[in-house]
Amino acid sequence: MTTRTTEIWVGLFVAGGLAALFMLAMQVSNLSTYTDDEGFDVEARFEDASGLKVRSAVTMAGVRIGQVKQIHFDDDKLQAVVTIRLNSVHDKLPEGTSASIYTAGLLGEKYVGLEPGSSSNHCEDMALEAELEGRDFNAADCVSVPVYLKDGSSIQITQGSMVLEKLIGQFVSRFLTEGDSNKKADSSEGDS
Amino acid sequence: MLEYLQGLGHKSLNIFQRLGRGHILLANIVLGLHSLLPRLRLVIKQIFFVGVLSLVIILVSGLFVGMVLGLQMYNTLVDFGAEESLGVVVALSLVRELGPVVSALLFAGRAGSALTAEIGLMKATEQLSAMEMMAVDPIRRVLAPRFLAGTISMPLLAAIFSAVGVLGGYFVGVGLLGVDEGAYWSQMQANVDLYDDIYNGVIKSVVFGIVVTWIAVFEGYDAIPTSEGVSRATTRTVVHSSLAVLGLDFVLTALMFGE
Amino acid sequence: MAESSPVVEIRNLSFSRGSRKIFDGVDIDIYRGKVTAIMGPSGTGKTTLLRLIGGQLRPDTGTIKVDGQNVPKLNYHDLYALRKRMGMLFQNGALLTDMDVFDNIAFPLREHTQLNDRLIRSLVLMKLEAVGLRGARDLMPSELSGGMSRRVALARAVVMDPMIMMYDEPFTGQDPISMGVLVRLIRTLNDALGLTSIIVSHDIKETAAIADHIYLLSGGKVVAQGSTEELNQSNSEWAQQFMKGLPDGPVPFHYPAQDFSDDLLNLDGRPRGAR
Repeated sequence: MTTRTTEIWVGLFVAGGLAALFMLAMQVSNLSTYTDDEGFDVEARFEDASGLKVRSAVTMAGVRIGQVKQIHFDDDKLQAVVTIRLNSVHDKLPEGTSASIYTAGLLGEKYVGLEPGSSSNHCEDMALEAELEGRDFNAADCVSVPVYLKDGSSIQITQGSMVLEKLIGQFVSRFLTEGDSNKKADSSEGDS
Repeated sequence: MLEYLQGLGHKSLNIFQRLGRGHILLANIVLGLHSLLPRLRLVIKQIFFVGVLSLVIILVSGLFVGMVLGLQMYNTLVDFGAEESLGVVVALSLVRELGPVVSALLFAGRAGSALTAEIGLMKATEQLSAMEMMAVDPIRRVLAPRFLAGTISMPLLAAIFSAVGVLGGYFVGVGLLGVDEGAYWSQMQANVDLYDDIYNGVIKSVVFGIVVTWIAVFEGYDAIPTSEGVSRATTRTVVHSSLAVLGLDFVLTALMFGE
Repeated sequence: MAESSPVVEIRNLSFSRGSRKIFDGVDIDIYRGKVTAIMGPSGTGKTTLLRLIGGQLRPDTGTIKVDGQNVPKLNYHDLYALRKRMGMLFQNGALLTDMDVFDNIAFPLREHTQLNDRLIRSLVLMKLEAVGLRGARDLMPSELSGGMSRRVALARAVVMDPMIMMYDEPFTGQDPISMGVLVRLIRTLNDALGLTSIIVSHDIKETAAIADHIYLLSGGKVVAQGSTEELNQSNSEWAQQFMKGLPDGPVPFHYPAQDFSDDLLNLDGRPRGAR
């Protein structure tokens, strides 16, 4: 085996190895989903963000449009503050969009689902104001400027994680209290 | 009774001495690595022997392991109606565990034993001694290039193993069992994380590469210079490095995924 | 010849392997330009002596000065610098089996010098010509006979023009022809290249033919020394037994054991190795 053929083989081997790594990174992993760092951050506060992780998916209408960038705890309000990075192309989400934490499948990953809400309409607000104050309001004078979510805005309407144990716990305790009251009723009957 | 105690003490002292010699050798090899910079040809030649010649066994085993995973996992997942997750399961098992571990075990058997035998025979035929007397340090000239080549080759082999395995799972799952092709890849991409899974898998294989080549090189260098000594050293290389790989795999997994 | 300044000066050398004392206060002087032979029965640590001089082993006590430097005390860098000026011929040649003859001889040059390929080629061919194997340059070590590989190893050992050449049992296991070739080579190389040679051997006839000075080692001590004639005429029992090759004498024929008749009568049959 001459040096040349050895070197060619080693070259092929290293190239093949790197190609395999590249394939694993691009084709197998989620690299392609977060290479685009461009985007803007919005904030959502949840009563319960259990199960949510950094880089969890953020979807709207079932389509991934961003990911969770950061989760931290607000000591004052005792809430979970989730920072969401939305891809910059999705800049037309109305301000009233709500965020909920869902589970993919029965036992799957948690993700944040966004539902579109009304974009608070400047003109409607003004009309309402005018009506309250008893003024006339000419809608034609008003140019409606829809407000969209932008960098730094926060999502107002949120619904935290549904924790299975909590739900079961609530269900069971309700069942038990009902049972207790029935029993009490029974025993009082027995006494009399 | 005392004799057994003495025997135990003797054995443990031997083990500690070997461990000590192994670490000193590793330190010397690492200190000698800089001398390889102007002579990368030596390393390239060793990558050929250690890496390229292990390629066939890695490719074939990777393909078959991936295919078997595809079959087995499909049969389990289909009971839960979750056969779309086949891609995730195959990819995660390969990238996190099977890729680094199985390729390290194969590497120990294919390349590690060859390294030990080669170095042990060089010692037995006084080639290492002769080099020393020619003022060529065998640790730098013989051991260091092999060590570096093993450390470079191992992650590449593991990556090839995993990639081929994912393809093998694809052939069986999508081609044979009719899993949706889009689901296979997209579920995989959604659930395999570049840092948590692939990056950690690569780190594992780098560690395995270092440990297996270190053991192989040390066993060869420390072998009793007779044919029996070399054959025993070769066996020890395979046994010890396989055990080390499995043990370290547990430790690394606990550190990486154990939160 | 400056008889006053030995190139290798060994003083009060002691070395033991495990509990076995191999050298016990050995003094040896090796003079420039001479062929010095270290002789003795098998197992007297002759090869060990060469390894001590080459710094591959460290003595328990004593000094080994090579060209004024105390080998056991040298640091890594100085030791390797000194080894560049030493050549050693190993018992079986110790050629690097993954290279052909040419590359084997070029090996030290390529490792230690920045010479270009043409210069290396001419140097290697010169040394190969000197050992008469210029035609064998493309053979692999496995294709060489024992005598040929020893000659190739000899060419490799002298390719850096060393100050000292050490020969470890150069004549063992050679047919008479290659033995003769080697004997002549060692002597002519020594004189032509101005080397200082140390031969470790137990082949009296061949060694005595080329050695200027002989040391006889036994039981970890120098038991006799001198030129060949001096030793032949010496009335030391050691020298007589060794030079004449008598089977029994101060060097006993028997490995130390208990009395033979006791051993035979001892019928309770203790297993071997039991104390």
